[in-house]
Amino acid sequence: MSNSIALHTVPKLNRLFRFQWEQAQEAYVLLYPEGMIQLNGPAGEILALVDGERDVQQIIAQLQQKFADAGDISQDIVEFLGEAHAQNWITL
Amino acid sequence: MRKTGSPCSGQSGLPNPAFGHEKPHGKPLWLLAELTYKCPLQCPYCSNPLDFAGAGAELTTQQWLDVFAQGREMGAVQLGFSGGEPLVRQDLADLIAGAHELGYYTNLITSGVGLNAAKMAAFKQAGLDHIQISFQASDADVNNMLAGSKKAFEQKLAMAREVKAQGYPMVLNFVTHRHNIDQIDRIIELCVALEADYVELATCQYYGWAYENTEQLLPTQAQLAHAEAVTNDYRERLAAAGNPIKLIFVTPDYYEERPKGCMNGWGQVFLTVTPDGTALPCHSARMLPLEFPNVADSTLKEIWDANPSFNYFRGDDWMQEPCRSCDEKDKDFGGCHCQAYMLTGDMHNADPVCSKSAHHHKIVTARERAETVTNAPDQFVYRNERNSRVFAKG
Ligand code: SF4
Ligand code: SF4
Repeated sequence: MSNSIALHTVPKLNRLFRFQWEQAQEAYVLLYPEGMIQLNGPAGEILALVDGERDVQQIIAQLQQKFADAGDISQDIVEFLGEAHAQNWITL
Repeated sequence: MRKTGSPCSGQSGLPNPAFGHEKPHGKPLWLLAELTYKCPLQCPYCSNPLDFAGAGAELTTQQWLDVFAQGREMGAVQLGFSGGEPLVRQDLADLIAGAHELGYYTNLITSGVGLNAAKMAAFKQAGLDHIQISFQASDADVNNMLAGSKKAFEQKLAMAREVKAQGYPMVLNFVTHRHNIDQIDRIIELCVALEADYVELATCQYYGWAYENTEQLLPTQAQLAHAEAVTNDYRERLAAAGNPIKLIFVTPDYYEERPKGCMNGWGQVFLTVTPDGTALPCHSARMLPLEFPNVADSTLKEIWDANPSFNYFRGDDWMQEPCRSCDEKDKDFGGCHCQAYMLTGDMHNADPVCSKSAHHHKIVTARERAETVTNAPDQFVYRNERNSRVFAKG
């Protein structure tokens, strides 16, 4: 399923969730009614670029540039976006 | 009207070694502000303390804003406005705005009574993130609602529609019990029609007012099994139809053999401040023979990090048998101390829901009674000032 996301797809945060940096937890979090998901480093970096304007390709390019030493991370990013979609965090 | 808060699903933080008299604890991620005990409704299963009429003066706007700021500094991120009925507070929009500016995710937990479209829009403007409408007026009301009558429910339905129309995420909370649980299919249908995002189907917990009404509220095992099966069935069908609605079914611990863990651990995640400023590790804890601090006298940090009552059930030094030597104590922390206190008279006991508890028969007896008791909703002890004064004196 995750492999089926086309590179020109523009992911958008589900309006049920609010995404923000939490200094106290030193992590990005997703907030929703009475709940919170603490995101790990990579997940937070990816979601930080999901703004309803960038497409998947742009997100990959930007992260690839930021984490130049990490090798090819495009597959990981697409997989995570698939997972985020399955979790209903984002719409595609 | 209030609900039992569900703790954040996030991990609690690491112990902070920098502070003096501490026991390991997380951050108070969840701050519940019980703004007032005033409420136009009188639910027989309200979890407000029985002596609410005897409580002191309410905190001022400035005091609340100060509490929010302190909480935020300590890492609090979810803020619930509840009560009583929080809409009774005339400064609610200011409190929302203040909390929003601090970066909280703000939740309004309301009966919907006293709400209107204009207020909702003003709250949105102020930064309110989410509205939860609780359908727990009174039993007769739930039935009337399902039959489509009675004013209070018209109001709730209208407000639920308005919540969606204004683009808020919406949680609908139904307190279920033996008189309405058999109609769970119709409750779910209604929630689907109202396009709820989350539905909490919570069999009421027997604290506070509900404890006075256990006999009249506890569903039978068969009722519960039926309701859960119906819910599971809906879950599957709705998911298959691509409906993102989330149905959350909470079983009463009276039908478990192991207790529910105490709020992710006493003083680990959850912090309640009551209308008069008393700080509690959970909304029920006030009933315990412990002295709880007031936000007017100490900083939130002092309270959370070092107050003896907040430390009291942290760790396992306080435990006696069977919990002390139990290999499951890290899972449930001995269960609910309030329930232990209510049912056994000693808050250090294991929660009698646990089958290892010497008092477990009390739970079993309540279950058995649920099988035989005849329904007589008019025997409820209703939550109103008059009944509360009786308890306050006692
Ligand atoms: S004995 Fe105590 S710690 Fe063990 S399962 Fe029962 S309540 Fe939990
Ligand atoms: S012991 Fe009190 S604080 Fe802990 S879960 Fe039970 S009601 Fe809440």
